[in-house]
Amino acid sequence: MSEFEPGRGKRLGMVVGGSLLDGMAVRLDSGDSVEDMAVGRYVVVEGRKKKFFGMITDVTLGTIDKQIEITPPDMADPFVAEIIAGASTFGTVHVAPMLTLGLDAVSILDGPQPVKTVPSHFSEVREASEEDVALVFGREDASHFYVGTPLDMETKVCLDLKRFGERSSGIFGKSGTGKTFLTRILLIGLVQKGAAANLIFDMHNEYGWEGSSEGEQTRTVKGLKQLFPAKVAVFTLDEESSRARKVLTDFTVQIGYDQVEPEDIEMLSELLRLSPRAMDAIGFLLKKFGSSRWLEAFLSIESTEERDELAESLGVYSSTLRALNMSLSRLRRLKFLVPRTVEDSVQMILGYLDRGQNVVLEFGRYSDLLAYVLVANILTRRIHSRYVDATERAMGDKNQQPRQLVITIEEAHKFLNPGVAKQTIFGTIAREMRKYNVTLLVVDQRPSEIDEEVMSQIGTRITCLLDNEKDIDAVLTGISGKNELRTVLAKLETKQQALVVGHAVPMPVVIRTRDYGSPESYRDLGFASAAELRRRADKDNDDLFGDRS
Amino acid sequence: MALRVGEVIESNTTGFIAQCYELHAAPAFGSLVRVSDGALSTYGLVYDVTTSSIDPGRRPIARGKDEEDEAAVFRNNPQLAKLFRTDFTCLVAGYGEAGRIYHFLPPAPPRVHAFVHICTLEEVADFSGSLDFLANLVAPGFPGPGDELAGAFLRLASRARADDGFLVRAGKELAVLLSGDLRRLNAILRRMKP
Repeated sequence: MSEFEPGRGKRLGMVVGGSLLDGMAVRLDSGDSVEDMAVGRYVVVEGRKKKFFGMITDVTLGTIDKQIEITPPDMADPFVAEIIAGASTFGTVHVAPMLTLGLDAVSILDGPQPVKTVPSHFSEVREASEEDVALVFGREDASHFYVGTPLDMETKVCLDLKRFGERSSGIFGKSGTGKTFLTRILLIGLVQKGAAANLIFDMHNEYGWEGSSEGEQTRTVKGLKQLFPAKVAVFTLDEESSRARKVLTDFTVQIGYDQVEPEDIEMLSELLRLSPRAMDAIGFLLKKFGSSRWLEAFLSIESTEERDELAESLGVYSSTLRALNMSLSRLRRLKFLVPRTVEDSVQMILGYLDRGQNVVLEFGRYSDLLAYVLVANILTRRIHSRYVDATERAMGDKNQQPRQLVITIEEAHKFLNPGVAKQTIFGTIAREMRKYNVTLLVVDQRPSEIDEEVMSQIGTRITCLLDNEKDIDAVLTGISGKNELRTVLAKLETKQQALVVGHAVPMPVVIRTRDYGSPESYRDLGFASAAELRRRADKDNDDLFGDRS
Repeated sequence: MALRVGEVIESNTTGFIAQCYELHAAPAFGSLVRVSDGALSTYGLVYDVTTSSIDPGRRPIARGKDEEDEAAVFRNNPQLAKLFRTDFTCLVAGYGEAGRIYHFLPPAPPRVHAFVHICTLEEVADFSGSLDFLANLVAPGFPGPGDELAGAFLRLASRARADDGFLVRAGKELAVLLSGDLRRLNAILRRMKP
């Protein structure tokens, strides 16, 4: 029974009790201090017939005799202290079993299965080794993307991006816990593996050309376009800002008044402080001017007299229209909103997406919610209807199916809160668009404000530190072993750590996110610097034409 | 070469008494002795050393009033060395047969007049490879000062093994054996401290 064996992790202790529901109690070997344990760490239990994969969810202190708690031994003496530790007092860790693997050949081929039993008494518990982790999470390949390492380990945890894109996913965490960082890494993965086409509503200009990474010191890191110039197109709403940031953009998005529908305004009712009566007035305007002209017609009214006349003809209070005008004139401030557009932005975006390009839409200086919610909603609604058409057309022919699309939205609770989720396009996508090959990647800091029904549809949840009880509850809705994971979640570090649960991983796992921003990390992701490209070209030249020097 | 110190004069399954060839030359308290008896060698832990008159009816009298030091008492009364005897009592801690050491009781106790040797440090090191005998020392029925004996032997074994981890391992073994009696554990630990 040696401590280290090749291919197996370090022995930690043995199972002394527990149940499937509550997890297993594992007594640590005397050499192991509880202080070396960490909640969220990944362990392997070697039962007699099966191997179990589990996660440490709690750490407790035990004593062999209650007397020792009343009259503690002289711990100032290092000799006594060393003997007492592990013999009279010991550490116990609580392990939640997650997956199991039979040790016979057939079961090994089947791969890990959900647990239906617990290991027998005194089964050996070890730290998970690299092989164990690879067995569960798969190795990096065409669809598996390395996102980070388990706690205290140097092994790669891979996410199945194909599964990740198949259903809506969420990245949650308090502000400043690295949501953006994680999102960027995942988007890089999605682009690199080509698992899905991406449309990213980039509120703070973080993903397109370059973003910032808050560490000990804030540094700029390369965005998607720099890593994958041929696969990513950067669209902008604010050309000036993009130019000022020296970002090469592919297209400047403009939205015509005719594309704004009443439901887009309804989404904004909170932000624009619109009363229900004002919403009714919009209904009347719509009837009068038609859906493509109502906004333009209303906003073109300059004088109060005209507006009052209009109110009279519509049969609404003139004060209502005045208030509506006050609210809607805030839209005038948005320069990308124009009465008529030359090119159809949605068509452009879809064109890029159809060609397998990924589109990042930068908001430039319009980084307020008003612009974000409005644009994301308008564009997504139209993309949604195209996708529905395309999928329905492709009913009989699998090859005609549109490419899987992942739409990334930030501040998702603004789109998906219970008040609006039933009506907005994002609610619809989250609920049923899996069938139409469109899924969401929601990034949010208040998961509790997201509609429960939507939340339950989110397949993969990647969660950085959350400390609000309601948020933790929301994120763990419908996940087995919720109580154990709750401890894990609340104890995450504030930076670079995340709990991954759901569809894209076979079992919940806490990861330390991979490094991003250093030259090595770029190289790992396939980025070639100019010098490297030249060297490759030279080598190709030499290979083709021989060394001419 | 193990030093021969005496002969077994009384024995039973769990222990034996040996008499020293020389007065006051008993092995130290807590030392390991070996009784070779044909194919079987029995290991014993010395726990009780007695020096008394060979005739229980005769009590010694004080003789050193006019002597310079204690050695002179024996020098000037050479008969004394023959009138007293030193015996030591041992606990049977295990036995060796065909090159293997077993830490449980031998099939037969050592025979009377079997020779008793003090074990060398190598033998002590070999014997202390297992700590099973500790349970006997701290068992409630043990006739001698078991806790003291455990401490003394473990100190010796630690010296013989030149292994820092040994005392800690032994301590942990004791901690488990004495899990319900922390005061005793502490007392032994203090005695075996390096």
